Amino acid sequence: MNMNTVYSMNNVTAAAALVDVHAAEEGLRAVSTPGLTAENVDVYYGDTRALRDVSIDIYSKQITALIGPSGCGKTTFLRCLNRMNDVIDGCRVSGSITLDGEDIYAADVDVVELRSRIGMVFQKPNPFPKSIFENIAYGPKIHGLVEHRTDLEACVVTSLQKAGLFEEVKDRLHQPATGLSGGQQQRLCIARAIAINPDVLLMDEPCSALDPIATSRIEDLMWELKENYSIVIVTHSMQQAARVSQRTGFFHLGDLVEVNTTEKIFQNPVDPRTRDYITGRFG
Amino acid sequence: MRPNNKEKLRKRARAEWRFRSYGVMSLLFAGTALVFLVSTIVSSGHSAFFKTTIELEFQLDAERLGIDTPYTRENLWAGSYYTAARYALYTLFPEVTSRPNKRALSKMLSPGAELELRDYVVTQPGRIGETVTLEVPVSSDYDQLYKGHLPRTGKHTKLSAQQMEWFDWLVGEGLIHYRFNPGFLTGGDSRYPELAGIGGAITGSFYALLVCFLLSFPLGIAAALYLEEFSKDTRLTRLIEANINNLAAVPSVIFGLLGLAVILNVFDLPRGTPLVGGMVLALMTLPTIIIACRSSLRAVSPGIRQGALAMGASPVQVVFQQVLPAAMPGTLTGTIIGLAQALGETAPLLMIGMVAFIANVPATPLDSSASLPVQIYLWAESAERGFVEKTAAAIIVIMTFLILMNLLAVIIRSRTQTKVE
Repeated sequence: MNMNTVYSMNNVTAAAALVDVHAAEEGLRAVSTPGLTAENVDVYYGDTRALRDVSIDIYSKQITALIGPSGCGKTTFLRCLNRMNDVIDGCRVSGSITLDGEDIYAADVDVVELRSRIGMVFQKPNPFPKSIFENIAYGPKIHGLVEHRTDLEACVVTSLQKAGLFEEVKDRLHQPATGLSGGQQQRLCIARAIAINPDVLLMDEPCSALDPIATSRIEDLMWELKENYSIVIVTHSMQQAARVSQRTGFFHLGDLVEVNTTEKIFQNPVDPRTRDYITGRFG
Repeated sequence: MRPNNKEKLRKRARAEWRFRSYGVMSLLFAGTALVFLVSTIVSSGHSAFFKTTIELEFQLDAERLGIDTPYTRENLWAGSYYTAARYALYTLFPEVTSRPNKRALSKMLSPGAELELRDYVVTQPGRIGETVTLEVPVSSDYDQLYKGHLPRTGKHTKLSAQQMEWFDWLVGEGLIHYRFNPGFLTGGDSRYPELAGIGGAITGSFYALLVCFLLSFPLGIAAALYLEEFSKDTRLTRLIEANINNLAAVPSVIFGLLGLAVILNVFDLPRGTPLVGGMVLALMTLPTIIIACRSSLRAVSPGIRQGALAMGASPVQVVFQQVLPAAMPGTLTGTIIGLAQALGETAPLLMIGMVAFIANVPATPLDSSASLPVQIYLWAESAERGFVEKTAAAIIVIMTFLILMNLLAVIIRSRTQTKVE
């Protein structure tokens, strides 16, 4: 199965060009060190085992895409990375996940601190029912990152600029964030997440509720954010994974079947299940 | 098209029309009942906001008033203003000389006349020695006669032909006035209908609602927050939840008995005070607030919780900084509706002794006091004709407060709805 058949089957030709760019970048980043490492991670919901023996390295300043059919455990895995599964009754995580060499599940780890280093953007835009300003300012405030009102204002503006939203909302910073469009809300959530300057940004299907134009804006944004953050994105869209990511992991029924450079996964997958999925035989 | 389709469509249209007309008819019925209710109350109650006064010239002669020098507060209070007030009336009718006639004539003055004259002299002792013109209230029967509530003939007539003749002469002379009666809204209850006010009851109800709010609002929110956000779903919490829902349906008189047995008899708090009334009303309002608060907490999108958690907020921060503020409008609406219910509750207040005749406006929630619904109950069973309009007016007052409170709830609700859009 070669590259061309994959993309013609998915009717996306533009993405093929991008993959070449990825290949070039991959060479440059060969020295990239893993920032976030998962080893032998198992997750149980009650008696059900949702993830089996997952090991993956998330390289810093790269985009790692997690793909796979619904219910395969990719979101569960993503939520392990900032311990969002802690709040679910009966959820148990074993194995080890380390951020810069420190086990994030160690007893002395403060979840609050951890989540300030690993930000998250959700599938459905979830702005707080407050003003645009308050949405961005919330994180810096609770983490005590700013002392003066002027610093806070500067932080809000910078975050909005980084998320490419500032120009659109600069005249209505103090109006409710719920009045923004879906795409704007999602970029607001990204701005909110990067306002506390995390090392890693987790994105759980950030574009699934958005139209193609808003989606492409978010993808452009991810491309820019990659310069400063490690990004993990869960996506249902293989084209999106191919367009934005440097590395891709394929999950199936709780197993991480295969993880490799995006190029290899899409051009030359090793596992037959990966090949079947990306060629559209199932999923 | 099948042949019988047209017939079917016609039938369906007719059924629809029938259903709509039932709806319109029930609306009309409810509307008429409401208009009837409101118009009856307003037509019989509006006159209680006005009083009939008589304009009299009082000679503030120290000797006649029986005031000793110096004009200290005690000396001024000790004056015989009753005599002075009657004397002022008698001078208008020099032809009335016999004792029985004088007595019949003096019935025209309300005891309020004496009190107003006294208050005037006490506050302005410098006027002693002058002749002043004051408007003082007439007694209830004349007041009712002037307002047209009392028949001039027939077996229900309260006044003699002679008394009415004197009064008519005064009306003809232009000495009888019809004035707005601020005392009705500010004063306390009285045995004399023309002097009875609802101020004491308003204040008592206000204090009781304040106590009720201060107790039930924080307690209700705390209980709702714990049940909804922090407690584990166990058999015990489910039992508690079911019982809270049941409590909302318990008849109010039972809460009154509980207050009597526990708050008055065990804790020995002062009987018949807004403090105790408010505590009992709080017991009643708690389930309403808990239920309202819980359902608004549940309505807060889980995305907001997740978002705040992912920002690194602690569970308590998530609840107090994001979830509770988002649930506040719904909680407030429920609270106001609960308080409006509490404002109209009569039975529990009867049980804890807020049914006594209290002529004072309570200064603190620890003073014995009347309350609006109980005041209506007390006036409604009074014999004097003058209390009929007072009862209706008190109903107008309590309805006004209820409408205002519900309006506030509607405003809060619509405000937040536009925000969400």
